[in-house]
Formats: sequence, C-alpha cells, structure tokens
Amino acid sequence: MCPAGKKKLAEQVESILDSHQRDKGMLVAILQDIQAEHNYLPRESLEEVSKGLCVPLSQVYSVATFFKALSLEPRGRHLINVCLGTACHVRGAVRVLEAMERELAISSGETTKDLRFTLETVNCVGACALGPVVIVDGEYHGQMKAEKTKDVLADYA
Amino acid sequence: MKRLGSPKELETLRRSVTSQRDPKRLCITICSGTGCHAYGCEKVTATFTEEIGKRGLEGKVDIRATGCHGFCERGPLVVIRPKDIFYQRVKVEDVPEIISETVLNGKIIDRLLYADPNTGQKIISEHEVPFYKKQKRFVFGSNGYIDPTSIDDYLAVGGYSALAKALFKMSPEEVISEVKKSGLRGRGGGGFPTGVKWESCRQAKGDTRYVICNADEGDPGAYMDRSLVEGDPHSVIEGMIIGAYAISSHQGYVYVRYEYPLAVKNVELAIKQAEEYGLLGENILGSGLNFSIRINRGGGAFVCGESSALMASLEGKPGEPRAKYIHTVEKGLWGKPTTLNNVETWANVPLIINKGASWYAETGTENSKGTKIFSLVGKVNNTGLVEVPMGITLREIIYDIGGGIPKGKRFKGVQTGGPSGGVIPESLLDLPVDFDELNKAGSMMGSGGMIVMDEDNCMVDIAKYFIRFLEGESCGKCVPCREGLKRMREVLDDITDGNGKEGDIELLEQLSAALVDGSLCALGSTAPNPVLSTLRYFRDEYQAHIKDKKCPAGVCKALITYQIIEEKCPGCGLCIKACPQEAITARGKKQPVVLDQEKCIKCGACYDVCKLEAIEVR
Repeated sequence: MCPAGKKKLAEQVESILDSHQRDKGMLVAILQDIQAEHNYLPRESLEEVSKGLCVPLSQVYSVATFFKALSLEPRGRHLINVCLGTACHVRGAVRVLEAMERELAISSGETTKDLRFTLETVNCVGACALGPVVIVDGEYHGQMKAEKTKDVLADYA
Repeated sequence: MKRLGSPKELETLRRSVTSQRDPKRLCITICSGTGCHAYGCEKVTATFTEEIGKRGLEGKVDIRATGCHGFCERGPLVVIRPKDIFYQRVKVEDVPEIISETVLNGKIIDRLLYADPNTGQKIISEHEVPFYKKQKRFVFGSNGYIDPTSIDDYLAVGGYSALAKALFKMSPEEVISEVKKSGLRGRGGGGFPTGVKWESCRQAKGDTRYVICNADEGDPGAYMDRSLVEGDPHSVIEGMIIGAYAISSHQGYVYVRYEYPLAVKNVELAIKQAEEYGLLGENILGSGLNFSIRINRGGGAFVCGESSALMASLEGKPGEPRAKYIHTVEKGLWGKPTTLNNVETWANVPLIINKGASWYAETGTENSKGTKIFSLVGKVNNTGLVEVPMGITLREIIYDIGGGIPKGKRFKGVQTGGPSGGVIPESLLDLPVDFDELNKAGSMMGSGGMIVMDEDNCMVDIAKYFIRFLEGESCGKCVPCREGLKRMREVLDDITDGNGKEGDIELLEQLSAALVDGSLCALGSTAPNPVLSTLRYFRDEYQAHIKDKKCPAGVCKALITYQIIEEKCPGCGLCIKACPQEAITARGKKQPVVLDQEKCIKCGACYDVCKLEAIEVR
C-alpha cells in the first residue's frame, strides 16, 4: 500500500474507532465497518485497529479469522451468498450452489478473476419460507433453481 | 419529546395516542417481513401510498407496513383491518383495484383470497385461514398490527404497561417469583427455567450485572427471533428492562446477527425512541432505575449461540466457549454476573407481568408453559412462522396448520432443534410438542426450527449435512468436538459415496458417545443428535447405503443415476438445453432423448426442468 493510501486508511480506521468509542468489546463491529468500506480487511487496517484499541494484533487477527462475516482477501464487486440452511438444503440448495460454481467457474469461497463476483455460502439467512435462497449484494432471490442462476447473475454487472 | 417521569405520564401519553386513532377507520396493513420483502412488498406499499394520495384518501384510510405476519408462503400479504380481509400474493397491479373495490366499496376481490387447498373454499377473514386458526399468537400477535418503527404503535397496543407495573407495583423479588411461577423456560434451545436463572444472577455476588439478549439466531431453518426483533422490537426491549430491574442491572446488550440488517436497524431505532421517551436511560419512568442497551453485531458464528462464547465475542475476543464450572449468571460478561436470554424469551416477559403467572401457566403442558413460535419450513404446503400452545401435536402443526406435504408426496420426518436436534419419524407424529417429549424422542426443542422432509429427502444426507455444518462451526477449542466431528463426517462421506463398510454404523455410535461425554460445550455434546436420531429411526436407510450401495431417496449422487423414461419422453429438448455437460442428445423429432451416463455429472438440471416426469432417479 502506498504511503498516501496508508494515511487515508489510518484516518478512516480512526474515525470508525471513534464511532465505537474505542470500545474493545466492539471489535467485531469495528472490523465489520472497515470491511463495509473496503469489501475486505486490508492487513494495514488490522494493524491500525490493534494500535488504536491497544489490543494485540494477534487478537485482532484471531477475531478477523474466527468470524465468517470477515474476510482477509479482497472480494468481488458483487457478493453472492447461497444459503445452505436446513430449509434450503431440503429443497435443493446444493444444486443451486453447484450451478453457481459451474456458471462462474469458481468454487465456493472464491472470487472470479475479473473481480466481478465472490461466491460464498451462509448457514441460514432466516428467509426459510423462500428456500432455496440466494442473496446477491443483500438482495434476496427466493425459490431459486439451478436453471435460474444465469438470469440472476446477469443483473449484476 | 419530554421524557416520561411517571407511570401516570405514560398512561396520559398512551391515551393521547389512542384517542387520535379511530378503531373503525380502515387500515391497510402490509406485511414487510423478510419473506414478503423478497416478494416485493416494498413496491406494493409504495403503490398503496401513491393511490391513497391520488384519490385524496389520506386521513381516511391508514397504511401500515408491519412486521412479519408469519404466512410467508403466500406473500406479499395484505390485511385490511378492522374488517380483517386477508389478501395474499398481492401484486402492484392489484393495488388500484383493492382501493376502488374493497376500500371504497367494501367489495371482496375473489382472486386475491386464500383458497383452502383441500376444499377449494375461499376464505375472507385472516382469522379463518387454517394456517392461523389453530395458532395462539400471544407473543407474535402484535406483529401484524404495528409498525415496528413506531413506538406509538407499540404504546397503542398496551406497550410498556408491564414495565410500569413491574417498576411501581412489584419488587424485583416479586418479578422473579412471578416469572418463576409462570414456568417460562428459555426459548433459545436449552429450556432452562428463566426465573431460576434470574434469581441466581440476582443472588450472585458483585455490584455490576449485565443483561444480554441473544439475537444471534444461529439454528439453520429458524427465523422466529428475526421476525420478532424486526417486527416488534419494543416487546423485546421491554422484557429486557423488566429483567434488568429484577436482577439489578444497568447495562444491557443485544447481540444481533450481521445477516439481519433490518433487525439491527429496527432495534437501534427502538432503543433511541425508548431513550427519548424516558423508558431507557437514567431514572426510567421516574423509578430510579438506570438502564441502557447497546447493540453488538455478531460475526456469523454458530457457536456464539452458546452463552460463554457469545460473551467472549462481546468482549472483542473470538467466540470460543469456556468450561462452565462457574455459571455465567455468576461470572459472565467481563467476569460479572450476567443474565442471557434469547429474543423470544424476553418477548414473553411483558406478557407474564401483564397477565400474571397463573394466566400464563394455563397454556401448555406440565413442564412446558406458554406458547412457542416455530418456523415451519421445508416440504410443507404452508411455510411460515406459527405460534402454538406447548403440547400441540406434530400432526396438528404439520397437517392442520401446515396443510400437509406438497405434490402428494409422503411425509418422512421432521427435523427439530437445529443441529443439536434430531429427526422425528412419521410414527411419532402424534407426539405432543414440548421440551421433555422432544428430548425423549431423541430430538429437542431448540430455538424452534421445524423442517419437514418428504420421501425425496435422504436421512443419511441430512445427518451428514448437520455434521458438516457443525464441523465447520466447531470453534476447535476442544478435541472431541474438533476431531470427532471430522471423523464422523468422513465416515458419513464414505457411506454416501458408496464406500460404506460393515462397522461404520457402530463407529458412528462410538464417536457420538465420545462427543457427548467429552465436549466442552453444548455444541459438541449435542452434535451427534442428528446422527443418533436418524440411526434410531432410519437405520434401514443407512444399511441400504452401506450394503446395497443404494440411496433409496435418490439423493446421494454416487449411488444414483438419472434415466430417461422413453415412453414418457416426447423429445421436447428442454433437458438438452438445461444440461451443462451436453450429456443429453436428440434422437430425432418426437423421439425420446438419449442420456450419456459417462458425461452425466448428476446435477439434476434435466430432472428439475422436465415437466412430463420423463426423467427418473434410480
């Protein structure tokens, strides 16, 4: 990261820390806010958080890698979450996931080379009546079927 | 807004809110829960607002975007109150007609009514719909009536009156005793008596105590907490304040899943409103109680449903549980006595205080009082959230409320209790649903997920699904859970891949015993339940996989093939287009297609797309 970028990042992290009153207990929320800005957690941001909260970097790292919602890798412009909750599973969510993997030529957890999509799975989004559910950038697509994947993805450039 | 300084001021405010509302005035309530959202209820609401404006009906007809009504299957749902006219699957195009016909002329639009799938009879009133008829919506009831972003709506249905009663007419001990007497047990899964928990926490040594609401609903297939906290956040907050008074706490936390952004938003707003009204913060209602609530967003870890793991996460640490020789009611968050209850438990509290423990205890069974909200999902006609009295049978829930199994398929089992629970077979459909009966059947109540499965679901696959789920969610701190789940999953992989061997079932049972005995927390000790319960009731199916190398339900890929039924196939070619492998070829006009088994990856795309049932799984 260039020095200017680093400085900007540091300022951003500072303001996020302030918005949480530099409360150590809010570490997960702080990391979520940083991720909301960058789509992932740049290494430098973790260092800034560690300094700013006086929490060892190892602890920040262990929290950042513990929770599914947090990513240390850059992610695509659009985040696809295929719900694999039980209700979705019994209605064929795995087939939908496989169709997504085939369509994007990546495995779950990966990002397409053009950084257009990141494909992830989620354990349940609480929209069980609509299963199988796929969420793209927060938008719910209910009653998904393998053959609908192409059409759904086409809406996200 | 001036902070309310006494219960009298609260009542004055309530009267002024209700006096401005004419109970006879038409109110169009539009369900804005997650399900209806996905069906586009936002546009329906916007169109209603626009139409009402266009026709100059403002002030004559109210529009209210409410929380989840529960009947998610049929969304977007619109109920016109007070007439209780129930319209389902309402589209934007239907809105002008609803206004001109129903709102202005009182005429019912037949096509938007719900038709009973068994009798074909059209039903007008929401309360007459079989899905709602057998429910007792004590906790979930306000959801369909109030706008969750309006504290005045909550006040209009009697909100915060339980708080006033607790603070001014009851001592903390009396509150605890009332909750104990009610028989309320934790709705998050464990079923621990809530009043006992509160009492231990109050008696624990220390000056600082914490109250936590677990809204990190992690059980896959359960979403009642989401709908409550999104649709009626004040009821949860009111419960928490009463709890804080009972145990003497000044700080509370709501721990919400990051996947529930609307829940975060609505709780944040509700907290702010309650603070402005003097129902949170310093000197609540002039009682001298100081209590505030903060929101923490969970990071998507199932194990954080475990109390000590959740507290670790609240402290900014990874959500790993600890051994609980000392309970969290004595040493919880930051080492202080802490009371943690889940959303639904908290939402029950105002009800108990308002109506009294004896009223509450009238509903339910001997050791499980009150109602429980279940998410009735999977292979069932009427999916959605149902609140039923404890003790109702599974059959009543699945058939009378849920309308049975779709497409004439046969019921096979119902999974309750999430990954810690088990599958209950058809022979136990008349089981009364309560904490103890479900435990006896080898499952558990859990947070209330009820996933119905039909003959097309493979029980070995379901067991594998949960073990895989838990393997991924195991925090890795203790060996039995970390390694045991991995081994169990490997054995199950073998079985479903056609590599199962004699002794695998026994190995699974041994590993299960090790997990039950040796795990640090409930995630590990209950993890074998999906395997043990399916072994108990569906052992044949395991044996078919191991001995005959067959998956009777046609799910496990390695053990099945897709076949074209030539007599039924007219060669329409839909499956040719759907096949990602170009494994299906045409033979000629009106000739059945040919499926090349070598190329087939068994994705099922052809099977899904074929409308003539000309493809079968063998």
